[in-house]
Amino acid sequence: MASADPYFDFLLRMGDNTLILGHRVSEWCGHAPVIEEDIALANTALDLIGQTQMWLGLAAEVEGKIRTADDLAMLRDAWDFRSALLVQQPNGDFGQTLMRQFLFDAWHLEMLKGLIKSSEVRVAEIAAKAVKEVQYHVERSGDTVIGLGDGTAESHAKMQAALDLLWPFVGELFTPDAVDDAMTANGIAPDLNDLRTAFDTHIGSVMTEATLTIPDSRFAHKGGKSGFQHSEHLGHILTQMQWLQRAYPGASW
Amino acid sequence: MRPNVAQIWEWLDTVPDPEIPVISVVDLGIVRGVTWDEDTLEIAVTPTYSGCPATSIISLDIETAMLDRGIAKTRIKTQISPPWTTDWLSDKGKAKLEDYGIAPPRAAGGPARCPRCKSENLERISQFGSTPCKAQWRCCNCLEPFDYFKCI
Repeated sequence: MASADPYFDFLLRMGDNTLILGHRVSEWCGHAPVIEEDIALANTALDLIGQTQMWLGLAAEVEGKIRTADDLAMLRDAWDFRSALLVQQPNGDFGQTLMRQFLFDAWHLEMLKGLIKSSEVRVAEIAAKAVKEVQYHVERSGDTVIGLGDGTAESHAKMQAALDLLWPFVGELFTPDAVDDAMTANGIAPDLNDLRTAFDTHIGSVMTEATLTIPDSRFAHKGGKSGFQHSEHLGHILTQMQWLQRAYPGASW
Repeated sequence: MRPNVAQIWEWLDTVPDPEIPVISVVDLGIVRGVTWDEDTLEIAVTPTYSGCPATSIISLDIETAMLDRGIAKTRIKTQISPPWTTDWLSDKGKAKLEDYGIAPPRAAGGPARCPRCKSENLERISQFGSTPCKAQWRCCNCLEPFDYFKCI
């Protein structure tokens, strides 16, 4: 169900994307192939969770302070989440995690660049803060995609498989719906169609350098950001992420 | 009587960063404003990285330091705009970082020299390091790894 206020929905989309991806990436903590990558993944997750606090904090204010950012993160069920299907996808192997990260980062960067010019000053401020971190994320995820794609025969095959697997989840990020249209109409957010060219150029050059082939299809799975049809994975993430607050309501330290 | 704002800034300059205790919160450039609102002291603080866990500790440390100086009411205002930049690190802070073994940020995007042996023959180990604000580098001369304060 869409809420009555598209602005609230839009803020949930931004915050839920960073929350779910931040949680996913944090699942690597202590498990990455080398310690430097472990630290890099944990730092990326931390930035994303920090951005979540800003987006969901603003969403909570817009809603009328009925719920806090913590309530929104920890006490909503799957159908009330507005995260894109891409960020819900499982980590898979290290290469698949970094491919998902790069595809998201490349979209995130263009989105935030557009949001810096938002008619809503609070949105513009959050975007200006977050874009500095995301610029750094995409440099690293892009470099890693190149390193592994143009690596050994095995790493190349794994990266191509990851790209083939995740590619159908890219389209949702660029397909406007009623919420997006409302945001574009009042100047809060950029037109998603306008972000695609810069995204395609960016990922095109990285994939070429990585010797990877982008699938020749624009087929897109949809239903995450609208909440209409989430992947099965989202519910499983929430059982982990929300367990403590569900078992011990109001617990803090 | 309320202490004047210049005095408050001096006191703030004695509050260490919890992760890098050789520099103060003023050196770090995260204190963005000090004003009195009647008998409440308002201090505007900007986070370095949006998820940096030190941010809440810093606010607590500032409140405690002000309480120690006899200021009963302090309000910390989190201000995210304009976003923090390493350009706001003081020269004093940069020098202290290097003495402590952390290469200070540079617009060129990497450390100028090894903080220990001063060699310029360096290599990057990782874009990320022990805290969100740092990256890992290594000196190819003395072979010691060291932290580099990322330039953002």
